[in-house]
Amino acid sequence: MIRARIHVTLKSGILDPQGRTIRQSLETLGFSNVTDVRVGKFLEIELNQDDPAQAEEQLKAMCETLLANTVIEEYRYELELQPSRPLS
Amino acid sequence: MKWGVIVFPGSNCDRDCAHVLSDTLEQDVSLIWHGDTSLDGVDAVVLPGGFSYGDYLRTGAIARLSPIMQAIKEFARTGGLVLGICNGFQILLEAGLLPGAMLPNIGLSFICEDVWVKVENADTPFTRHYESGHVLRIPIAHAEGNYHTDPVTLAALQANAQIVFRYCRADGIVTEQANPNGSLDNIAGIRNGAGNVLGLMPHPERCAESVLGNQDGQLLFRSMIDTVTSGQAKKQTIS
Repeated sequence: MIRARIHVTLKSGILDPQGRTIRQSLETLGFSNVTDVRVGKFLEIELNQDDPAQAEEQLKAMCETLLANTVIEEYRYELELQPSRPLS
Repeated sequence: MKWGVIVFPGSNCDRDCAHVLSDTLEQDVSLIWHGDTSLDGVDAVVLPGGFSYGDYLRTGAIARLSPIMQAIKEFARTGGLVLGICNGFQILLEAGLLPGAMLPNIGLSFICEDVWVKVENADTPFTRHYESGHVLRIPIAHAEGNYHTDPVTLAALQANAQIVFRYCRADGIVTEQANPNGSLDNIAGIRNGAGNVLGLMPHPERCAESVLGNQDGQLLFRSMIDTVTSGQAKKQTIS
């Protein structure tokens, strides 16, 4: 079993009005050294798969075809192997 | 002429479109469930506005995987007229039938108001009853209508006259102030390269009958009717 944590955010060149508003709010609260905020999506996916290479290939396909819209978004992921069955 | 209006879970302008087409324009209209796999011989397809699948993940991202979309892609590929309004436009973008993507409105608000929109290209199956430069008063109602694409695609849209509608002032001048949502190049509607697929954020079905005090949107449907009944629907895609 593999657990993947996927982050989808707007591409760096694209204005993120939500992030900008949050940055301004942080400034209002006194966090004046915050220079940028980007808002994105976080997904956790469990895969019935023990081969990290194959899992990565699948995740890339998932991100490219559905989870991210690569016209406006970029994605990254981390994989974590979960011990799901007893060692034989 | 036979129309198909697609009903996705969460569509809410499907009945409005069907009403205008059948009651105002005396067309033969079928509501087609998104789970169907056949368009059943229609001459034109409307993907209506609404919130298909609750806008989960991204607007239109889940609806484009509906079973009916395969039939719509094939219909579009063979030159059939496909009109996507608001959420329908968003679905066409996610389906890759039109280029680009939608971002949240620059002001982050859901905007529901009348805007001015200029017809940039009156030489399409959807706009032939308008004049080029014609200014329409037409309602918008969306939170994600901020059209975006890469510079190469934008240049191609401009060069091929694929930008069909742009937000403008009442006098037809296109300005940044007249842009309600931050859309790139004030884009309100685009067509595909072949010319038979149109997506627009404004709602022509909400201003297509005299009882509503505004009929500016009616000519869009009339343009499509004339294109089909004069047998030019397929011809438009050959060039």
